[in-house]
Amino acid sequence: MKKRIAGVMAAVVLSTAAHVQAADYAIDKQGAHAFVQFRVQHLGYSWLYGRFNNFDGTFTFDEKDPAKNKVEVTIDVTSIDSNHAERDKHLRSEDFLNTAKFPKATFVSTSYKPTGEDTAELTGDLTLHGVTKPVTIEVEHIGMGDDPWGGYRAGFEGRATIKPAEWGIGMAKLGPASEEVELFLTVEGIRKGK
Amino acid sequence: MAFWRSDDRQYSGFAKLLHWLTALTVVGMFALGLWMMELSYYDSWYRTAPDIHKSIGIALVMVTALRLVYKFVMPQPGALPGHSPLVRVAAKVVHSVIYLLLLVMFVSGYLITTAKGDSLVVFGGYLEIPSVFSGVDNLEDKAGEVHEIVAFTLIGLAVLHALAALKHHFIDRDDTLLRMIRRSRG
Repeated sequence: MKKRIAGVMAAVVLSTAAHVQAADYAIDKQGAHAFVQFRVQHLGYSWLYGRFNNFDGTFTFDEKDPAKNKVEVTIDVTSIDSNHAERDKHLRSEDFLNTAKFPKATFVSTSYKPTGEDTAELTGDLTLHGVTKPVTIEVEHIGMGDDPWGGYRAGFEGRATIKPAEWGIGMAKLGPASEEVELFLTVEGIRKGK
Repeated sequence: MAFWRSDDRQYSGFAKLLHWLTALTVVGMFALGLWMMELSYYDSWYRTAPDIHKSIGIALVMVTALRLVYKFVMPQPGALPGHSPLVRVAAKVVHSVIYLLLLVMFVSGYLITTAKGDSLVVFGGYLEIPSVFSGVDNLEDKAGEVHEIVAFTLIGLAVLHALAALKHHFIDRDDTLLRMIRRSRG
């Protein structure tokens, strides 16, 4: 019994020691501790919220050397969900996302610049609707540490505002208040390996 | 009671009423459907046109249900003596497929709205039909594709059906068309 406790303690110490180095994380998709959400104004009178249900990705987080930090996410655009079947059908159609032709969106980071103790600017290429353009995401590092089930987790929240028209998505028909879409990217990653 | 009972000479007044009401509705719904798909978001009809389309659709479901009951309860005029076995079979097949496609239109239209659990609300809110089938990914898209393809197929078959009636009338010079349009004699 003592031996086992010692073993567990050694593992805790080792894992604590390990997390100061660069580590690769897989987004906890299975446990649904990650969200790709958006909001857009409706007529300028209210906010409409939606999300993408299916996506996956990985990130590298290095506390010592932020230059090594990177993110890669693939989003299944057909999984758009605004809690209204008729609207989702319309959003997937050629009028907007044309998911039959462009079913996938990707974000691949190119730089990570810390702006504060727990904040940073993450720049990368967003491929959406068949167009690739750079976007900058304001990132907040929410927290990291051991989870209760033997793993190690790190979580971030990102916010970006994009104009989908720049990706060739015809937002003009929704009116001037709906030109911009705010993205909320919440990810919790589980560290890979030890 | 010529309004309720068909005989071998012609369809009853009620059968004619249901037939022509359906014909008018199907063609009108096809045009309305195509038109409403092209409306811009700021068009004043953007919300009303689909509401009207749904309400007429549900009304047609009711009329068709009544029509099918009537069809099986009341004897229908048989095929005209001059019709060959091939013509009889062809007519039977086309009529059956038209009914089948109507059913597919009803179900697929209903699913576009209810695929994610929303109710189908019609007649200005007086009737709310709940969602009974959801949970399939992107069901609203699949239902939409079926609705569109089958709409064109149905219109194609209706045209074929009309051309066949005109052929009977003008070329064969038989009673096929007349017994669906002639005034019933008391």
